[in-house]
Amino acid sequence: MAEPIRLKTPLTDNDVEGLNMGDRVLINGIIYTGRDAAHKRLYDLLNEGKELPFDIRGQIIYYVGPTPAKPGQVFGSAGPTTSYRMDAYAPALIEKGLKGMIGKGMRSDAVKEAMKKGKAIYFAATGGAGALLAKKVKKAEVVAYEDLGPEAIRRLEVEDLPVIVINDVRGNDLYIEGEKRYRKG
Amino acid sequence: MREIDVKLITEKVRSLCIEANTDLGEDVLEAFDRAIQQEESPLGVEILKELKENARIAREEKVAICQDTGFAVVFVEWGQDVHLIGGGLKEAVDEGVRRGYREGYLRKSICHPFTRANTGDNTPAILHTEIVPGDRVKITVAPKGGGSENMSRVVMLTPSDGVEGMKRYVVQRVKESGSNPCPPTIVGVGIGGTFEMAALLAKKSLLRPLGTKNPDSDLNRLEMEILEEINRLGIGPQGLGGRTTSLAVHILMMPCHIASFPLAVNIQCHAQRHKEVVI
Ligand code: SF4
Repeated sequence: MAEPIRLKTPLTDNDVEGLNMGDRVLINGIIYTGRDAAHKRLYDLLNEGKELPFDIRGQIIYYVGPTPAKPGQVFGSAGPTTSYRMDAYAPALIEKGLKGMIGKGMRSDAVKEAMKKGKAIYFAATGGAGALLAKKVKKAEVVAYEDLGPEAIRRLEVEDLPVIVINDVRGNDLYIEGEKRYRKG
Repeated sequence: MREIDVKLITEKVRSLCIEANTDLGEDVLEAFDRAIQQEESPLGVEILKELKENARIAREEKVAICQDTGFAVVFVEWGQDVHLIGGGLKEAVDEGVRRGYREGYLRKSICHPFTRANTGDNTPAILHTEIVPGDRVKITVAPKGGGSENMSRVVMLTPSDGVEGMKRYVVQRVKESGSNPCPPTIVGVGIGGTFEMAALLAKKSLLRPLGTKNPDSDLNRLEMEILEEINRLGIGPQGLGGRTTSLAVHILMMPCHIASFPLAVNIQCHAQRHKEVVI
């Protein structure tokens, strides 16, 4: 098994072009959280032609709704949520410069197309590994939509957050290819 | 007649909620180890190791294994010689869930079906009660995550579908679920009874410890056959390709009506959380 690739955010076109389906990646730097309700609000802002609450260019959004942090904990358990619910909103964000998404589960054809065109990557984090992933978060602060509780948009500083490249910018999909490789009969 | 105060029920449910969500059973960890030995995909092995490490951290630091700390499904086997005093059982269980989810820093994931407004305290619990002989009370708390529950189904097959039709349906369900229920999964199968009983059987089958045999040897063989077929699908850990799509298939069966053939498939993710206590 090849060593994981260390990446620092924000991501450049060069960074994402160098990634291939199946690569293990350790993400370092700032990432943003957002799931269902936050996505809807971001999308509405774009439709109204308004500014987003943070500069999305080169950034990564992590689809996560953590448990409340315990006293002494930076961040609660924080595994990925299923991504398809964000499919309706993702292409518009990619068009605005979003370079990466972290979640679990397959994306729609429209999102895959948008990733090819806009040069963005879809990563999977291990679903259910919430305790392990929480430890990689070194700092967390709410940047928008505090009223959404666990669904608020947070800016996270992460160290070596382990993810895997599912969709690269060349249109490959690990969910499809992986299953094909190991299917019997 | 033996008496039990509702406060004791509340306290037990409270601690079971926290324990179940932070301390993954040894049987599941052993199943991970067996899977690591058998997995052909190097990426799959890495993921299985991550799951072990995750469980270790959760146990040591007493934090949630997964951020989806689930719907609190509570099974109570109530000895008929026990008298509950000081209040109602349902309220006592809900209060235990309320405290457990607050004090354990667990996520509150229960909401109104239409407005999606969160109930704020992870209640109500799903309470299944059964009256049994004796003067003991057994409480089992099994938090159930949404991702894997969403992939579950009840279907009324026709009697002519037979065993083969049943097998096909179960394997197809796992195939269509793909990476969504966080594989490796445990597949709970309920056969027979009525529409609602099939679902309950499927859920109850998940309480059997992993690595144990079905006491019915025919069903045991069937479990092995279905598991083998599932693990030929290639979905693998997290759906990234590999051998370990499911860790086990568990079946519970009972007689059904001459006109029907109910089948339920309850998919359980690797965060196979349940704890029990006998009072
Ligand atoms: S399916 Fe299970 S492991 Fe995956 S996110 Fe839901 S509760 Fe957690």
